[in-house]
Amino acid sequence: MVEFSIYLITPVMFLGAWITGTLLERRHFQDLLRLESGAREILAVTIEELPNGWEVQDCDLVIGNVVISQDYFKRIVASIKGIFGGRIGVYEPLLQRARREAVVRMKEQARIHGHDTVINVRIETSALARARSDAKGTAGVEVLAFGTAVTLRAGSRASIGPGGGVLV
Amino acid sequence: MLISNTQEIPGKTVVEFFGVVSGSTVRAKHIGRDIAAGLKNVVGGELRGYTELLAEARGEAIRRMSYQAEEMGANAIVNVRFATSSVAQGAAELFAYGTAVRVE
Repeated sequence: MVEFSIYLITPVMFLGAWITGTLLERRHFQDLLRLESGAREILAVTIEELPNGWEVQDCDLVIGNVVISQDYFKRIVASIKGIFGGRIGVYEPLLQRARREAVVRMKEQARIHGHDTVINVRIETSALARARSDAKGTAGVEVLAFGTAVTLRAGSRASIGPGGGVLV
Repeated sequence: MLISNTQEIPGKTVVEFFGVVSGSTVRAKHIGRDIAAGLKNVVGGELRGYTELLAEARGEAIRRMSYQAEEMGANAIVNVRFATSSVAQGAAELFAYGTAVRVE
């Protein structure tokens, strides 16, 4: 009986991780849409120098970070695909989620400080701990977004154009 | 202390350079968080404990960097960069560096 339950645990975990992981991923994408539309009034650009005529009042360094991990099922899938090489599609949404989340958090910080624009945005990715080859162990990836939040003098913002924002 | 990752502090002029300042900290999370993250790792998603830990640690690195700049008599740090490296299983070094300057 005990031996039998051991054989059962892995497929159950496999399936459970897949279902939960996929649901969590879908929910996160929905949350991101909501958060991004909330942070839309903060403009984030990767340029460093402001064009002539844009005047800055005040600045602050703003940082947004997130550590995210892949579910057990997709890690196994990725390790199998890794043997044959090529595109590993299961990891693409993971990194996309993390980047968008980090950018939103950075913009949120800018808003808290009372700024309206983030210039010189940089996005960095680092693997925190590598998964072991058997797909166990913690496999976290950290995405860090940072930039200089500035307040543009009233009136000069009109020349930036509608909407705006960094696209990841 | 004005901190920016741009070449200059927007809206101000740099009048004096003091050289490179840096701050770093090595952190490991405690076992409780490790276990929680290990469980979360099965289903995937954000590892909140780690996110907070790294944000705190990065804050500490920035504080150390600012302290060093203050000692030099600077009032701003420009061109700030971050680096993260995992030095051992479960421990990470957060490093922040930039150029200490005086602006007017």
